[in-house]
Amino acid sequence: MASHSATAGHADGHDHPTWSTYWKIAVILFVITAIEVSAFYIPAWETSWIYVPSMLFLSTIKFTLVVMYYMHLKYDHKLFRSLFTGPLIVAALTLIGLMFLFSKLSIRLGLLS
Amino acid sequence: MTATTMPAAHDESHGHGHHYTTLGLDNRKIAIWTFIGSECMLFASLISTYLVYKGRSVKGPFPHEAWTDPSGKVFPAILDIPVTSASTFVLLMSSFAMVLALAAVQNKELPKTTFGERILGSSKLWLWVTCLMGTAFLGFQAYEFTAFIREGLTIRTNLFGSSFFTLTGFHGAHVAVGVCWLFSLLAIDYKRGLGPSDALNVDIAALYWHFVDVVWIVIFTLVYLIK
Repeated sequence: MASHSATAGHADGHDHPTWSTYWKIAVILFVITAIEVSAFYIPAWETSWIYVPSMLFLSTIKFTLVVMYYMHLKYDHKLFRSLFTGPLIVAALTLIGLMFLFSKLSIRLGLLS
Repeated sequence: MTATTMPAAHDESHGHGHHYTTLGLDNRKIAIWTFIGSECMLFASLISTYLVYKGRSVKGPFPHEAWTDPSGKVFPAILDIPVTSASTFVLLMSSFAMVLALAAVQNKELPKTTFGERILGSSKLWLWVTCLMGTAFLGFQAYEFTAFIREGLTIRTNLFGSSFFTLTGFHGAHVAVGVCWLFSLLAIDYKRGLGPSDALNVDIAALYWHFVDVVWIVIFTLVYLIK
């Protein structure tokens, strides 16, 4: 397996994830998903204030791992990183803005009656 | 040099007629990343719509709470977390299979002496696994949708139904397109074999597939796990 683990990426001399990296990422994704689902069924966690931030944090880790390692954004040209992160930031700000403007959160904060 | 960068001796086009930008990047790879960027905004709008309407349905069924209609009929919380957790796991593992398929195509010409190397180097195997997992995810979604409709939730029932079916339906359509794309790569692999010269085509399909996966990571948390 050595030849594969050494050249799991492009045959070019840039650093690229190896087979074992892919495998480790898959295990981490599985473990995080298992933690998320378990948390949903633990009342003490599910009803605490930490639940929503922890779920968002865990899903952000999963998102980042897939994008950086499986989509090779960590190793690819920075233009690709810009093409992805630019719209992603706009999308995230749009989502947050709409939440503050129109969701139940805005009612709770007194921004919308 | 990556599979996406320009060979030193070719300024304008590659031997296969692939065009490169002045940065030495393949146009197709720039195109797929631009497309993925635009898709981020599409799904952000759909997720925003779901979140804005969350908790505003005046009648059930509801995602996480039971509901009793005026006639006294009780509708349980409609989201099936165990089934969706299984489908999430399947989609995450399909991304793992996809990176192995890409690595197998890129390393096609390397000698494979051991059983492990032959398994890891089989692009057909990993493409099959990815296709089957994608199809299984669609099966889970079909099961979920039909169960919801049987339990009285359609796209016209309430705000939750409208925003939920629109969001997950759009995602499911993207998965379906991805599965068709992967089956077409598999057909090419059987017909003439995929090799290092096809790596960029497989890479582009893989990027689309992983994007569909990361969108589901967000949907699973925001729609299913956060009440």
